[in-house]
Amino acid sequence: MKALVPIKRVVDYNVRIRVKGDGTGVDLNGVKMSVNPFDEIANEAALKLKEAGVISEVVVVTIGTAKAEDQLRSELARGADRGIHVVTDEEVQPLQAARILAELVKRESADVVIAGKQAIDDDNNQTPQMLATLLDWPQATFASDIKIDGGKATVQREIDAGAETLEVDLPAVISADLRLNEPRFIKLPDIMKAKRKPLDKLELSEFDIDVPKLEVVSTSNPPAREPGRMVKSVDELVAALKDKGLV
Amino acid sequence: MTVERDVMEFDVLIVGAGPAGLATAIRLKQLDPERNVCLLEKGPIVGAHSLAGAVIEPDALDRLLPNWKDTPPEVCVPVAKDEVHMMTESGSIKFPIVPPQMNNHGNYIISLGALTTMLAEQAEALGVEIYPGFPAREPLYNDAGEVIGVRTGDMGVDLNGNPKDSYTPGMDLHAKITVFAEGCRGSCSKELIKKFELDKDADPQTYGIGIKELWSVPEGQCQEGLVMHTMGWPLDSKTYGGSFVYHLNDNKIAIGFVVGLDYEDPDLEPFEKFQQFKNHPKIKPMLEGGEIVSYGARAIVEGGWQSLPKMEMPGAMLIGDAAGTLNVPKIKGVHQALKSGMEAAEHIFAENKSAGYDARIRQGEVGKELKKVRNLRPSFHFGLWLGVLISAIETVTMGLLPWTLKNHADHSALKKRDPNKPKPVKKERDLPPRDRLSAVYFAATEHDEDQPVHLKVADTNICVTQCAEEYDNPCTRFCPAGVYEMVDDAEGKRLQINAANCVHCKTCDIKDPYQIINWVTPEGGSGPNYQLM
Repeated sequence: MKALVPIKRVVDYNVRIRVKGDGTGVDLNGVKMSVNPFDEIANEAALKLKEAGVISEVVVVTIGTAKAEDQLRSELARGADRGIHVVTDEEVQPLQAARILAELVKRESADVVIAGKQAIDDDNNQTPQMLATLLDWPQATFASDIKIDGGKATVQREIDAGAETLEVDLPAVISADLRLNEPRFIKLPDIMKAKRKPLDKLELSEFDIDVPKLEVVSTSNPPAREPGRMVKSVDELVAALKDKGLV
Repeated sequence: MTVERDVMEFDVLIVGAGPAGLATAIRLKQLDPERNVCLLEKGPIVGAHSLAGAVIEPDALDRLLPNWKDTPPEVCVPVAKDEVHMMTESGSIKFPIVPPQMNNHGNYIISLGALTTMLAEQAEALGVEIYPGFPAREPLYNDAGEVIGVRTGDMGVDLNGNPKDSYTPGMDLHAKITVFAEGCRGSCSKELIKKFELDKDADPQTYGIGIKELWSVPEGQCQEGLVMHTMGWPLDSKTYGGSFVYHLNDNKIAIGFVVGLDYEDPDLEPFEKFQQFKNHPKIKPMLEGGEIVSYGARAIVEGGWQSLPKMEMPGAMLIGDAAGTLNVPKIKGVHQALKSGMEAAEHIFAENKSAGYDARIRQGEVGKELKKVRNLRPSFHFGLWLGVLISAIETVTMGLLPWTLKNHADHSALKKRDPNKPKPVKKERDLPPRDRLSAVYFAATEHDEDQPVHLKVADTNICVTQCAEEYDNPCTRFCPAGVYEMVDDAEGKRLQINAANCVHCKTCDIKDPYQIINWVTPEGGSGPNYQLM
């Protein structure tokens, strides 16, 4: 069984991002970039299934700039077998990403896609769902547990009210939530080995992704919080709240 | 518990991806592409832990990479104007001339984080194996006591030192020569200096603490290429230190404050001095209406020539600020670090051993530059005014006068607190950040809370008893990240170490008057995530 795991290069979760002065986006100058944390979890899930003998090959895919190779190599070092890098400097939105991934799933004859539930840069949470639709495959999103047996996947999902367990026929798209696992640490010799693992580079022009793009109109900071003030008594507090029309 | 550890062998192993370590790696590969060179870095990526002013003299870079200007670091602004000011509380006096060693004509304002990122790309292109996120936890020795490499830190250990499910033991990296380029007060370097008594013929090392913020300011407030340094207020004349204000491009201003760690007053709070300085009427208009991009701090090695330890030991070398090659009067260390690294590479290429490196450095350009200015920093031991005077004389005579002033250990400089003296009143100020915790937010520092505390305090009883009485716990003030806190609750009065806030500046390891704080490397990849610092 072959698993395809999409990886995205995103601004590191520790970085405090800043909106550019002209409001055209966020300032990525000198900012630390990393693998989207949910994608690390997805890859770890695929690797665990491989170690359990369920999956035979894990292929990691990224769509992005030449520098995204760093993130792909990092997931190869974690243990994936092979990488595919669709190189582009263009901004790729969920529908385009889903179309590219659908094409790669067909080319690779993958049996399951395990993806992060969303990327932490745009927080869209759309690509896995769109991919399932394009492939006409079942989907099990927000997974916190995955079991694969006899052509079926049993997936525990995180939902608002707690947990839900689904059984889906394979092939399927599964998206990983935070509690699915804790990704393993990458070992130094594995980084060295990952440099020699096979990595195919493809051009974006090879794919049919001629779909309308969303246009970002503006990016702005959330409104600044107003400074607080200390009140001396409950009466004063109540009066102040009344004054603001809050009680 | 015995642990199976992987072992890897290299020709040369370098610890620390700062300018010194990267210069060693690049030069080695230029001289001998076949040599396998491994470089370890504790930060999550190269540059994330690099912090400097920084104005650099480009000569070393020109020699290392003659075409460096074709792929310049992300921040690289030619110095357009140089100013030195003596500050008073409400005003300032501009020096009519800029002291010659502080003249920055032909120099560049850079970000050290961006420079090391650029150097790392060059090094990797030459085939250097760079591993960020893997701190060298301890040096390794053979039976003869020679250094044979380092052990990297274990990953996945919980707060109490027990292995978690994710436990991944560190590995042993062996090399014919190990080059320690950890920067100021490196943790392995500290062990090596002690073990091999590398400092037995030198004065004690002395340090400063530098705190820096990078600001993005409104249009019209930044004069691209302006380099400004100040002395005086808000420090008293007994305390060495001053500020730097560098105007970059893209409406960014790098501003920072340095305090010599030989300060005497246990009530002194370097962070607070920096914040007061920012609110001075001359400085505030530059920053008003802007926002902080990044915040950080780093100890700076200031001992110079007299304090330079022996830079070699069997199997290993100590280079750059791990030894202390920074030129204080110039307020620059990057060119010296680069040169010491290039010299290390040339020495290894020619000799294939560490022996002889120390003499090579002392007799060469790096040592000569330090010797010439050796009396400037220690002259400020006599106070600001005599310091300026002696420095002027030493500069005019080019360091040829036949004396060498002594350096003293910083931790012994602290005077006991007079219990009757009132605590200093904090001055009102309104530019952010309001306190250290809100400042640390901009360092984007991260440590998994479930790991052993990497600030090892040998005896926390002293904190509650002797230290509280004698110095009123200065660690709660000199730490720029609010790591140390004295709490008094149901469990009684005790020291609380908020290790997750640590920005790896090493000030505590240096200034603690009882020398019971030992800074060790935390889990790989932990620490600040500086942005263009």
